[in-house]
Amino acid sequence: MDPTALYESFKALEDPGFWQEAYMKFYNAWFYEDRWVTYFQGLLTTVEVTVIALILGVILGVVVATIRTAHDQQRLGRRNPVLGVVNLFCKIYVTVIRGTPMMVQLMIMGFVIFKSSRNFTMVGALSLGINSGAYVAEIIRGGLMSLDPGQSEAGRSLGLGYLDTMRFIVIPQAFKAILPSLGNEFITLLKDTSLISVIAGKEIVYFAKSIVTKTYEAMYPYVITAIMYLILVLIFSWLQGKLERRLRQSDRR
Amino acid sequence: MIDVKHLSKSFGKNLVLDDISEHINPGEKVVIIGPSGSGKSTFLRCLNLLETPTAGTITFDGTEITDPKCDIDKIRQQMGMVFQHFNLFPNMTIRRNITLAPVRTKLMSPAEADAEAEKLLERVGLMDKIDAYPAQLSGGQKQRIAIVRALAMKPKLMLFDEPTSALDPEMVGEVLDVMKELAHEGMTMVVVTHEMGFAREVGSRVLFMDGGHILEQNEPHEFFAHPKEQRTIDFLSKVL
Repeated sequence: MDPTALYESFKALEDPGFWQEAYMKFYNAWFYEDRWVTYFQGLLTTVEVTVIALILGVILGVVVATIRTAHDQQRLGRRNPVLGVVNLFCKIYVTVIRGTPMMVQLMIMGFVIFKSSRNFTMVGALSLGINSGAYVAEIIRGGLMSLDPGQSEAGRSLGLGYLDTMRFIVIPQAFKAILPSLGNEFITLLKDTSLISVIAGKEIVYFAKSIVTKTYEAMYPYVITAIMYLILVLIFSWLQGKLERRLRQSDRR
Repeated sequence: MIDVKHLSKSFGKNLVLDDISEHINPGEKVVIIGPSGSGKSTFLRCLNLLETPTAGTITFDGTEITDPKCDIDKIRQQMGMVFQHFNLFPNMTIRRNITLAPVRTKLMSPAEADAEAEKLLERVGLMDKIDAYPAQLSGGQKQRIAIVRALAMKPKLMLFDEPTSALDPEMVGEVLDVMKELAHEGMTMVVVTHEMGFAREVGSRVLFMDGGHILEQNEPHEFFAHPKEQRTIDFLSKVL
């Protein structure tokens, strides 16, 4: 049966039952004036923002982790002063980002630094990327540090340079070790995109909110939003699990 | 070949090596023994600068390697090292474990490195493992591969850091056999070990370390038959 016709027939009832009432609320949250399209618009933005923030976060994270690790692994008496200064900036970046709430960072970015920008979604993606970079950096650094030092000692003792040792020995092994925590961070990032609605970034929550203000009915728009996020996360976890299984195969050949 | 002068190393306030001077000649097989915590591994690791000395100088073939301007990678290419825990690269096949360094340091072309790896594996009887991963090998096999990996760089000197300490007793023999063969071919070797039989049979000189000093050294037969220091006598009475 056509959803609109069904809605009309329920609306005509003098005393609608519980399920009929529920259907009418759902109709208002989903079908009325093709509202479902706006959820998918929001979903598209969410995916877009996640991808941009992810790329930015990984680039920032790799750069910061590389600087921090290279600094910590310098030989005694051969400290590079430039690296020391850059390392200090990286440390401040990680400390400030990890020490302040994501939402406050968004508000500062949206209402202070990019006050005059109208492109709220991009400002949101930028803030999320900068935020994620700090966490990714610490995850990568942890992975590099957790590897048995004997591995890089073996590489160096063969006469391989620092960069070759990192590239062929340390990084491939560290990557496998950090994949679960990295996946975790990406899921957090995906869900944190919902926060950009506070600076009027147009993702799912933004549209759900605008429907609520029209219908005065909060349950369905927010439950739909939750389900959409859940499905995205499930798809992502599945992909991550596949990648992990593939990487693990090389251990047991 | 290696000249160590007034070498000291401390970790924080803990003085591990206290003003050691020593000279190692080409072709010598120096065996270092001593109780744990005596600094023997640290001494060995200082020789290729895996540990940076706190004071003193180390000269290898006329190059002062403790000089900060020295290109340590070039020096290390001439010094092989074998570790207690093998430290094979688990993410690579045996072939790649062996050929990575010679190829990346441009010592050999990939084809040459491959041929060299096959030749060396044939020698230690592990040719059938060339495409296996380290996880598929026993401890003894891993350590023989680790020796091969170091030899593939055609080093002038081999450092062994307790190469048999992490092995099951029945696998110690196969690793010692490879090391003996290497010794007979005239390789210069510095070996930290608890294998007194090996020290007696293969060593050309035995150093006894305790408390960051070389307390006593001698030609092996004389060393084991007539130790001079009381500390050496106590140690040997416990391990022999």
